[in-house]
Amino acid sequence: MNITTSAHPETRLIFKHIDEEGYSNDIDCYVKNGGYEQLKKAVTMKPEDICAEVLASGVRGRGGAGFPAGMKWKFLDRKSGKPIYLICNADESEPGTFKDRQIIHQDPHQLIEGMMCAAFAIQAKLAFIYVRGEFFQGYRILERAIEEARAKNFLGDDILGSGYSCDIIVHRGAGAYICGEETGLIESLEGFRANPRIKPPYFPAALGAYQCPTIVNNVETLCDVKHVIELGGEGFAKIGTPGNTGTRIWCVSGHVQKPGYYEFACADVTLGQLIYDVCGGLKPGRKLKAVIPGGSSSKILRADERFTGKLKDGTEFDWGIEDIPMDFDSLGAVGSMSGSGGVIVMDDSTDMVEALANINYFYAHESCGQCTPCREGVPWMRKVTQRMVDGEAREEDADLLVSIADQIAGRTICAFGEAASWPVQSFIAKFKDEFVEKAREQAARRKEGKQVATETTLI
Amino acid sequence: MNLKTQTIEKIDKLVPRYPTMRSAALPLCHLVQEDQGYLSNEAMEWIATRLELEPINISEIVTFYPMLRTEPTGQYHVRVCRTLPCALAGAYQTCRRFEEEFGCKVGHTSEDGKVTLEFVECHADCGKGPVVMVGEDEYTNIDPDKAAEMASKMKSGEFSNGLPA
Repeated sequence: MNITTSAHPETRLIFKHIDEEGYSNDIDCYVKNGGYEQLKKAVTMKPEDICAEVLASGVRGRGGAGFPAGMKWKFLDRKSGKPIYLICNADESEPGTFKDRQIIHQDPHQLIEGMMCAAFAIQAKLAFIYVRGEFFQGYRILERAIEEARAKNFLGDDILGSGYSCDIIVHRGAGAYICGEETGLIESLEGFRANPRIKPPYFPAALGAYQCPTIVNNVETLCDVKHVIELGGEGFAKIGTPGNTGTRIWCVSGHVQKPGYYEFACADVTLGQLIYDVCGGLKPGRKLKAVIPGGSSSKILRADERFTGKLKDGTEFDWGIEDIPMDFDSLGAVGSMSGSGGVIVMDDSTDMVEALANINYFYAHESCGQCTPCREGVPWMRKVTQRMVDGEAREEDADLLVSIADQIAGRTICAFGEAASWPVQSFIAKFKDEFVEKAREQAARRKEGKQVATETTLI
Repeated sequence: MNLKTQTIEKIDKLVPRYPTMRSAALPLCHLVQEDQGYLSNEAMEWIATRLELEPINISEIVTFYPMLRTEPTGQYHVRVCRTLPCALAGAYQTCRRFEEEFGCKVGHTSEDGKVTLEFVECHADCGKGPVVMVGEDEYTNIDPDKAAEMASKMKSGEFSNGLPA
């Protein structure tokens, strides 16, 4: 279904019924709209054939890393004879991302159907939805939806007479961002602090929950599985471009007229079209300054940059920020990433030192504390940027920040080290002048006997 | 420990569903906190005993997860998201208004015990910032004026505390 929100029509696959008038999140409404037909089809298929379709679809994980889901499934250790677990990562907490919330609140049965299709395909013994603790209402909706699905035999014992049984447990998190990291999530599920595990050997597909083979997929990815069954792997792969198949839900926040969630086939819109045509552009009188395209961990893009280079297929590109096609590989090619689809837009009123101070505060709060470079380094970066906005900025702070960030990334057990370092590295790479200027301005005010720190808005 | 019958029933139903007892530790922390308002030492010891664990095993969880509390909150638990998208939408100004209205700094409970005001990190509703939660209820697009309106209703007790009855 295509919805015209502007000059640019959306391709709504996952969000087909989101915000649709009269559409409710109960099972009757879902079934009336063709729900659970794909599960009925799936249980008549061979599990390995479903896995093959998912691999053929090319669907890449929607949680942040963009790893092909079919490949992840292929890594499952099936020889060990241990039970297999499926976990839906519904810990949506990458700043700027708010897509899974809509699915959970408005269309929970789509997720449950996708999960049961996936569970059947990998022959999971038990499935979990790890939902972030702050989704109080979402948790209640999921619990109710699971009971509704159980009553109709879409989950539980002998699903639809197939002989296959699987249940879903909804497990609530409690406010820790690190639980979005799949091995941290598993630790949390097992009743521990969410300290991520080292890989190897703890690749979940081999040694996951309870030391058993486990697949952890994002909410949106699991919904995609349902559509792969409906369209077939090849059919699904026709949406988007090769290597960037299916749709993406772009969550746009920050300084645009119409923030919100918009679903497009991969590469169907450019960043410029998304900001100006779809989201109504910037606030009156404002100019674009920067965009963080894939959640706060992704590297920031400056509005007046030129991006040149070669794509994976060898095509050369020469783009301004507005020309970047919104897909996995294009955002990767310009040195950032599509991540979890959280597009944070900043206009020329934004103080970049304050914006980075805000981001550093987040990561310092969320470091699990397991690895020294991250536990010590990330709060150090927060202290530096906080000191800068408090009126004690030094000209050498920009270099200091980069040197700290460079000593974290690549030296930690999990990717949080990178997630916390990339904002610092990219803010300084793109806006170093503002960090140096902050120190000079403050020095000038100090000399004039004026109050050194100015009022902040972002920290 | 005086837990409600309902809570005990939920716990007894939940524990056997997991492959290991320890997996039920975080869910039990939630259930007991919802019942008691916070997790006292006694509560942590109770959970540990119920799951055949040591109290430290529960304590290490409680001290790790931001949503678990070892002290009660005020009558209204107000959480303001301060992460970048909400900050770009004015969350810090919203929080400052709450501070003025309640006469209490963020991170503290007002002297009369009416309100606990906290900053929290991203609640995944960034298109509608600033996002504020009162108890378990979410409020979106809360600018300082709306914050003042909410605060005045909280002061007079007309506002829902957002907790299930």
